[in-house]
Amino acid sequence: MVDDSRSELSTARLRLAAGRAALGRSLRPSLRGAERLGHLLRRPGLVLSLAILAFVFVAAAAPTLLTSYDPYLTVPADRLAPPGAEHWFGADEIGRDLFARIVHGSSLSVQASSIAVGIAFSAGLVLGVIAGFAGGWTDAAIMRFIDVLLALPSLLLSLAIITAIGFGTIPVAVAVGVGIMPGFARTTRSEVLRVKTLPYVEAARLGGASRARTLLRHILPNSCGPVIVLATLDFGVAIIAVAGLSFLGFGAAPPAAEWGTLIANGRNFLVTAPWLSLIPGLFVMAVVLAANHIARTLEDGRP
Amino acid sequence: MTRYLLSRTAQALLVLLGAYTIAYLILYLLPGDPLAILLNAAGRDIDALSPAEIAEARRFYGLDGTPLERYFELLWNALHGDFGFSASKNAPVAQLILERLPQTLALGGLAVAFSIVEGVGFGYLAASVRSPVLARFLARLPAFGVSLPSFWLGLLLIHLFAFTLGWLPAAGNDGFRSLILPAFTLSLYSAAIYAQLLIRGLEAASREPFIVTAYAKGLTRGEVQFRHAFRNAALPIVTLVGLQIGNTFSGAVLIETVFTRTGVGRLAEEAVLRQDIPVVLAVVTLSAAGFVFINLLVDLLYPILDPRIDHASKG
Repeated sequence: MVDDSRSELSTARLRLAAGRAALGRSLRPSLRGAERLGHLLRRPGLVLSLAILAFVFVAAAAPTLLTSYDPYLTVPADRLAPPGAEHWFGADEIGRDLFARIVHGSSLSVQASSIAVGIAFSAGLVLGVIAGFAGGWTDAAIMRFIDVLLALPSLLLSLAIITAIGFGTIPVAVAVGVGIMPGFARTTRSEVLRVKTLPYVEAARLGGASRARTLLRHILPNSCGPVIVLATLDFGVAIIAVAGLSFLGFGAAPPAAEWGTLIANGRNFLVTAPWLSLIPGLFVMAVVLAANHIARTLEDGRP
Repeated sequence: MTRYLLSRTAQALLVLLGAYTIAYLILYLLPGDPLAILLNAAGRDIDALSPAEIAEARRFYGLDGTPLERYFELLWNALHGDFGFSASKNAPVAQLILERLPQTLALGGLAVAFSIVEGVGFGYLAASVRSPVLARFLARLPAFGVSLPSFWLGLLLIHLFAFTLGWLPAAGNDGFRSLILPAFTLSLYSAAIYAQLLIRGLEAASREPFIVTAYAKGLTRGEVQFRHAFRNAALPIVTLVGLQIGNTFSGAVLIETVFTRTGVGRLAEEAVLRQDIPVVLAVVTLSAAGFVFINLLVDLLYPILDPRIDHASKG
């Protein structure tokens, strides 16, 4: 249903075409270490983005490194305490430290988003490579399937999956992953189609390389640049989608709290303690901005 | 042209059938036992029922027969406007949706209008500023728009405009004033995307030879910008609006929950919480139908908007 000009548009904002060759270039060790560091320091936005993602991944892997508070410890005296020296981000309605809850919540949110992107990446890669490499009827069948998935708004597709398989961090991750998979399949396919006709691929075939070898050694490594950019960009999309679904109450069961759940909990105190939902939201936004910024940098190919 | 119209319509219907089929497969074949889920949604425990009662319930929810028979029966009924019976709300699904549809259409429609005005207005402004520093700054702003979780933006706006300033109501379905905040919240993401596309389009158009020609024949900057650059850059936005409408309306699930409005989105959220399968299937199918219809419309309008496209010669 979506013809070629449209499919280009749907990914136009990614400007993948431009970044394609550039990514390959940036990965080449053309710059020496010190020179690279100098380049990096001249881009404060990139440094900040990398720092934010590093913080989040450390928080997800080892939350106790970043906060000494127990996220489940209730201190009635600190009920709805505003942000300050003792509670950096304030405390919630039963006196739990909000910073600790955000840091500990990272592991669930990052886990869910990574699984989602992993599912979308691998399923999309397989479908896209098969479609692009096989061509003909196989290609047509797979792409019509992708078109049909695209006709279902991704949030509603996720909701249908959650209705069927139940609530929790993993179902939310699967639901989000299936929702963003079509984009990966499309991007991979168009890359494989592009690389397939390049002279060195034809040369490899003429030189006697098998189909499998051409695919694995020549086509795949040269097609994955834009797919990696898309994965970075979709990590941000997945963070928002996971937060949205856990905001609606489909995520992990309490007292564990993903970022979306924290925002939802703070809703009841929007008048008396607005920071309870506004600060976790700012946090989500910072992570998404960081992922987008890194994706754009990869795309432009300037390290 | 007629041939194009027919084949395009047939294609759209096939996609819709595919979308319905996928939704059916997910909702009726993925769960271990849909009957247990539906009975649970209706507040009854399957273990407490006698075999006769279970058989009756199975018939009631259309779960007797093979999955294929069930599929065709549900499809046949859906084509006749019968989407089954909601387990948790104890009412026909079609009636539940029809009651709430006007609210969601008003919200979504206003949000789409807002997003076009904001996105195009902002993009045009950002591309028209002369100061390079300001232009760079403005061109980067939409990136923030796409990074904002919409439900969080809704809470922020409620905090600012309802609780702090008291200008607009924080929640409810009470007339136009209660629509402004949710519609704006819902519009921002799409607006940011339109703005990004328009800024890039205007930039690309400014390097085209016909722009140089337009300046050469003595037109002012404003005239060139509007009559030549904008008209060319705006076309892709039409397609993008078609693609974004689905997301705008499905975003109502979150926004109606944030602003506690009654609408189809809220109905969907409640249905998922109760695992009310027929309601979810109906909402998903309807939204796919809306998406397919809007995009069909955009495709058919395109030759009128852009005379360079001539489908008749293709088909």
